[in-house]
Amino acid sequence: MRPLDETETTVVFEKLFKFVGNNLKKIVENPSDEGPESTPGSYCFRLQKNRVYYVSEALVKRATNISRKNLVSFGTCIGKYTHAGSFHLTIMSLNILAANAKHKVWLKPTSEMSFLYGNHVLKGGLGRITDSIVPGDGVVVFSMSDVPLGFGIAAKSTQDCRKLDPNGIVVLHQADIGEYLRDEDDL
Amino acid sequence: MDALTRNKKKVAHSQTPPLYKRTNSSPLKKAPKSQKPPLKKQRKGISEEKPEVSTDEKEEEEEENELSDQGDEGSESGSDFFSDDDDDDGEDTEPLAGDFIDGSDHEEGILGSDFGGSKLERKSRAIDRKRKKEEKDAEDEFKMNIKEIPDEFQLPTQKELEEEARRPPDLPSLQIRIREIVRVLSNFKDLRPKGDKHERTDFVEQLKADLGSYYGYNEFLIGTLIEMFPVVELMELIEAFEKKRPTSIRTNTLKTRRRDLADVLLNRGVNLDPLSKWSKVGLIVYDSQVPIGATPEYLAGFYMLQSASSFLPVMALAPREKERVVDMAAAPGGKTTYVAALMKNTGIIYANEMKVPRLKSLSANLHRMGVTNTIVCNYDGRELPKVLGQNSVDRVLLDAPCSGTGVISKDESVKTSKSADDIKKFAHLQKQLILGAIDLVDANSKTGGYIVYSTCSIMIPEVGEPYFFCSTFFFFSWHLHVLSLFSFVQQIMQNEAVIDYALKNRDVKLVPCGLDFGRPGFSSFIEHRFHPSLEKTRRFYPHIHNMDGFFVAKLKKMSNAMQPSGNVEPDITMEQAQVSSSDDDDEKVEAIEESEKPPVTNGQPKRESNTRENKNKQKIPRSKEIDKGKRNKYTKTGSSNVEEPRKQKKKRSQWKNEIAQAREEKRKAMRENAKEKPKHRG
Repeated sequence: MRPLDETETTVVFEKLFKFVGNNLKKIVENPSDEGPESTPGSYCFRLQKNRVYYVSEALVKRATNISRKNLVSFGTCIGKYTHAGSFHLTIMSLNILAANAKHKVWLKPTSEMSFLYGNHVLKGGLGRITDSIVPGDGVVVFSMSDVPLGFGIAAKSTQDCRKLDPNGIVVLHQADIGEYLRDEDDL
Repeated sequence: MDALTRNKKKVAHSQTPPLYKRTNSSPLKKAPKSQKPPLKKQRKGISEEKPEVSTDEKEEEEEENELSDQGDEGSESGSDFFSDDDDDDGEDTEPLAGDFIDGSDHEEGILGSDFGGSKLERKSRAIDRKRKKEEKDAEDEFKMNIKEIPDEFQLPTQKELEEEARRPPDLPSLQIRIREIVRVLSNFKDLRPKGDKHERTDFVEQLKADLGSYYGYNEFLIGTLIEMFPVVELMELIEAFEKKRPTSIRTNTLKTRRRDLADVLLNRGVNLDPLSKWSKVGLIVYDSQVPIGATPEYLAGFYMLQSASSFLPVMALAPREKERVVDMAAAPGGKTTYVAALMKNTGIIYANEMKVPRLKSLSANLHRMGVTNTIVCNYDGRELPKVLGQNSVDRVLLDAPCSGTGVISKDESVKTSKSADDIKKFAHLQKQLILGAIDLVDANSKTGGYIVYSTCSIMIPEVGEPYFFCSTFFFFSWHLHVLSLFSFVQQIMQNEAVIDYALKNRDVKLVPCGLDFGRPGFSSFIEHRFHPSLEKTRRFYPHIHNMDGFFVAKLKKMSNAMQPSGNVEPDITMEQAQVSSSDDDDEKVEAIEESEKPPVTNGQPKRESNTRENKNKQKIPRSKEIDKGKRNKYTKTGSSNVEEPRKQKKKRSQWKNEIAQAREEKRKAMRENAKEKPKHRG
């Protein structure tokens, strides 16, 4: 477990910025209640076996006496690095993203299950959509009852969405909570 | 076969015409034929010779007679009659009706007194006879049926058993026999079959064998269960093991509330109810239109599929915010997430899991439920004190690997795969784990210092010894090979034995779990004696609590010393005086009575008994016999008076001393009561 170095940090932050925009500041400086001390610590990012974890400092301190090969996870895993060196956000980061998301999309109940199976979001399943979405933005997908379902990349801007035919793709699927059942081994 | 030949002979002797046997349609032809007057004579003749025939062969004889009758009738009346008969027979409803009527005609020993009567008279007489015959047959059949199920239940003889072993198991008769034995055993004195030389153990052995073959248990498990429960409760337990416990879910309070979750799930078509009074987060699912483990709410982490029994150790642990908690066997993470929810994501949880394949599901569940204060590590639980440091955490939850006997309803293979060796292995592991857990805890922690040990097993051996005790569990409906009864019993004590072991080796003491609705643990079982405070542990059974078999014990660490101090008092209060009536073991009742400190009000008797205790210390270990009766018989002698505080006591005799102490106090109280009574009268 080690802190991220410069390049790694920039990559991670870039990815996060796509989804949360300026709320990135909030994420990084979030006061945490974890740890037995009463003064709140702050969160930080750590790298362990190609996975990036978002974890409070108190936890980090205590996790140091666990040896590298026995430490499996701590705090929240937000993503992992591929062999090539690029960084992907995983579904486990959904809680953080959903709390700070800038661009959101709400799905109709009928198309919830379709998205949870890993399909892209079609125009016909769209319930609501926030304004000012640019293609290539990170979008967090919610159900109508504000339950976060996953996230993806916007394929069209908000204006274009209105003109789309019902089968057009609005959000490209990247991760959804159905993966907890489908891809348990990959997490 | 004798009856048949007899009949033939009779027929040969009688005046009846030569036999014309028609075997095929005999039942059908009986009814009309019996109404034909000329044929009656012959039947009567035949019936005369029949009255002595035994009832068992009655039907056979009737058959034969009918056959011979038909033959007679046929030969006499010619083919016309037969054809008529055939037609009539075709319309006949019951083939058996014919039997009765014919038989009745046969059995009446009336000679040809009606020989010359008018046709009408004969007909009416025939009808009367028929009616009487029917009645008599009905009665006889009734009696015969009863005879097959004997009034007095007899154990099968060796021969019968051997024959049975050869045949494939006959389930209905097995079940009947099981029920009969249970009925007899439940009140052995009164219901014992008269003249039967079998002792109670014979009945018990037969019951064991029958239960094993009917339900599919191996001998070891059945033998253990029979030792632990009275017979009637044993049946309930086994039946409960056969059925599945209903699915239950736990609301994730980090993300939602139970009411809201229930609403959402009801909308999806799930039929659910709050779990019970003792849980604010549990819901029980009766049935659902959507798979309960795949709803969007489940995936979003609003609830967790968890059996009701798994709530219990966490409720007993009662972690507070900002504490450091260790879960030593955390996968798949139900209890860990519950702990995190109770702590509201503050503090630190160390979730340890030894088996690598289970780590994935553990971390997935943690992330899904939104738990952020957890460190997941992959160690053998016994190494944890070295890694995390001794005396470093506030609470430890140890849900030990166990034999799974409490979750038989989930996994039927437990019934046959668990032997005494398995249980021994588990017990050894559990003892080491519990010592490790105790070492992890900091006794001087401001808010904590507790260890909760639980298992989903109802085996006493596994639970007992070290302080541990670990689902029910499998859970009775709830899980070997032949061992002698003696060693069985030695193994049996493990559950409580594990806890006992910890009590003896570390400075800890049992405290009430806070789960008042369970059964208190065993503090004595057959010949084993445990620390009397073991009744603070709780056992949960499928047939009583409708959850998997489970065992929970809560320990408090008194000091960080590695030795048990002398201050381990059997913390006997009047609180959980729920002497479980389930145990028909007198010894256990005795133990509980002794452990219940009698209302000793003043300090003097206590002090006195203490000194006497110390005097008796030397005697007690020796007198601690296995025999039931000897317990109260050890004498008080003025052996070397070791007045020193308990630290000087040896570990071995320490807890025995406490038991003796409790006994002493009780005796004192009784003496005082005895003194008071004459005073009253005076």
